[in-house]
Amino acid sequence: MNYIAINNNDTIAISDIPEIGYKEFFELNTGLVFNHPERHCVNYFGYQLANKVKLICCIADDSIHKIYISSCNVSQNETLKALTAKLFCFEKYEREIHENFGIGYSDHPWLKPVRYAFNRYDKSKTIANYPFFSIESEELHEVGVGPIHAGVIEPGHFRFICNGEQILHLEIQLGYQHRGIEQLFLDRKNLLQRVTLAESIAGDTVVGHTSAFSHIWESLSGFERTRDIEFSRTIALEMERMAIHTGDLSAVCTDIAYQLGSSVFGRLRTPIVNFMQEWGGNRLSKGFVRPGRNQFPFSPALGKRLTEVLAAFERDFDEMSKELFNLPSALSRLERTGVVSYDDILSIGAVGMAARMAGLTRDIRQSHPYSLYPELHHEPIVKHHGDVYSRVQIRKEEVWQSIKYIRKLIENIPEPNTSNVELNTLKPNSFTLSMVEGWRGEICHCAITDTQGELILYKVKDPSFHNWLALALAVRNNEISDFPICNKSFNLSYCGHDL
Amino acid sequence: MLDNIKILYHQGKQFIPNVTTAEVPGIFRGRPIISCEKVNETELETMCPLGAISANPVSIDLGKCTFCGECAMRFPNKIRFTKDYKISTNERSRLIVKEGDENPIEVNPESVRKEIQRVFGRSLKLRQVSAAGDNSCEWELNASNNVQFDLSRFGIEFVASPRHADGIAITGPISENMAEPLQICYDAVPDPKIVVLVGTDAISGGIMACSSAVNRSFLDKYPIDLYIPGNPAHPLTIINGLVSLTRKTRKTRKKK
Repeated sequence: MNYIAINNNDTIAISDIPEIGYKEFFELNTGLVFNHPERHCVNYFGYQLANKVKLICCIADDSIHKIYISSCNVSQNETLKALTAKLFCFEKYEREIHENFGIGYSDHPWLKPVRYAFNRYDKSKTIANYPFFSIESEELHEVGVGPIHAGVIEPGHFRFICNGEQILHLEIQLGYQHRGIEQLFLDRKNLLQRVTLAESIAGDTVVGHTSAFSHIWESLSGFERTRDIEFSRTIALEMERMAIHTGDLSAVCTDIAYQLGSSVFGRLRTPIVNFMQEWGGNRLSKGFVRPGRNQFPFSPALGKRLTEVLAAFERDFDEMSKELFNLPSALSRLERTGVVSYDDILSIGAVGMAARMAGLTRDIRQSHPYSLYPELHHEPIVKHHGDVYSRVQIRKEEVWQSIKYIRKLIENIPEPNTSNVELNTLKPNSFTLSMVEGWRGEICHCAITDTQGELILYKVKDPSFHNWLALALAVRNNEISDFPICNKSFNLSYCGHDL
Repeated sequence: MLDNIKILYHQGKQFIPNVTTAEVPGIFRGRPIISCEKVNETELETMCPLGAISANPVSIDLGKCTFCGECAMRFPNKIRFTKDYKISTNERSRLIVKEGDENPIEVNPESVRKEIQRVFGRSLKLRQVSAAGDNSCEWELNASNNVQFDLSRFGIEFVASPRHADGIAITGPISENMAEPLQICYDAVPDPKIVVLVGTDAISGGIMACSSAVNRSFLDKYPIDLYIPGNPAHPLTIINGLVSLTRKTRKTRKKK
């Protein structure tokens, strides 16, 4: 075998990952994914090893719940054949490897900077002189938006090429949010510091990212999670999904100038985040998830309170969403706007909601289940039109699904486990991969330890890493005035991408 | 139409009538109180992931604190986080809470720049700049203006262009890649203008303070008019901070 098959959250010795030549590595990984929609690349990265760069590729197989890991050593100034030339879903990964280590690709179609990381290979490339694609034409014009946007949102630059009001092409340039998170994971030695970092990867997906970090840490230190820990994390993940989905429905209403929907969905987010504060002391669940600990046990009193919160939420949410989804003037803005086809979604390797809205079932809760999802028998919500309407529908239905799961879970509240284990020693020379389905989609963290059990690599992949390209494709041939609603319907993370 | 009216009727009044006295539900980690009990101060100092705690006398710097509450869990008799969300101030030193100090954290009217209350007392328009903020403070700034918190009742709003703004509200530790756009945005705001820092990451750099990808030189160049601590800052902290900076309080009126 030239790869090793592992399960989600498994720890293996780094020496167990077969090391193969680049040609074989190329054939293996493109072969695994080609014509297999149930398989996709969940992480592909390099790290410095003496004067070599070690590439590790992780391909998840959703049908048999396995992840295939293979590796390959290349030297820094080598020029390689790009996997992207055969399969476009490797595009971002190879750009990242090129940016970080200077490895060249002879046939990569779009070898542009990803995020202008502070430790990039070529420091002469700066964010102010990004090489935008442009078309020489008398008829066409370009529109630049950002990095600072009109609303209270994160920075990123969008460059449109338009024919009149119609968008022909959109290029999204990111990197403004780069904080060097992956390097900080290695520099900051204390566990509390590292978990605080995980909370800061994307402040709107705190439970998602800290759960992935905690799974990594617990797996590397051989900690068996108790049921109450799994219980709290599963509920918190679903609460986070509900809160953000509801907020997104409000934002979509804002962008189609539907004031009632905007206000009602906007205010419906409050009881959900306020419940997280009642439970853990922070509206966005910061300080909530800690490796090896359940510091805010879910009590029967909280269960009763949550039942009330959900009952009140459900009534108003149902009334408002029925109104929105039956309003012709709203639907005409949502339907057939910002369409991405199944083929495009598959080709760029989109994940999470961005995949499910176009008929591609990708949901870690079902394909590589963790926490209490195996017993919930999660069925992903899948739509087929790939338009704004599909993405909005998924949000509405996933809110219902989350309510259903939470209600089912709190029927049976586990006894809190108060044992406090210090998880300070990690297995040396090991590799761990953890995937969590955040509200945006698949979050994948990988870690590697050295002979002392100290982290030498911490790799974070937010679902936005793939999905930004889906937004760029969605707006093609749409009117530029529909850009905001397309953007909101994806609601991708800038900081999760830029790290 | 009738359906819409029905929804409006069912929603009732959502706004919080008085945002200065509203109670926050459940556990909330606001202004801490440090008792004078003797504890192992070195242990307390080193356990804080942000280095926000200093010993002798024990103090917590709310500009560095992420309000994770780990210290209060480990030393429950020494540190207690109260539900007091009014922790915004215009003086950096006021964010440091010392042992035995139970005074509220307030804007000091003496040190507020004179033109602020005169020019922005009835209307303040801010341009928000997320400079590597993680989208949590941005979410809470947006929440400050939802129908419940309703910041705009005070004439305080976030605007799309720096040309329409009276100042900037910065979130995030300020990445190297955002340093130039932030400067351009600040320069585009007409004088007089204010600078507000929202959240721990903006005030001290937070957990990212020592990162090589961060460039905080902008903050050395200009006076900071308001610090709004929190991780993320709570909407009530944001609203009360902005209002107390720009409004004349009764106290100052009496003095005159």
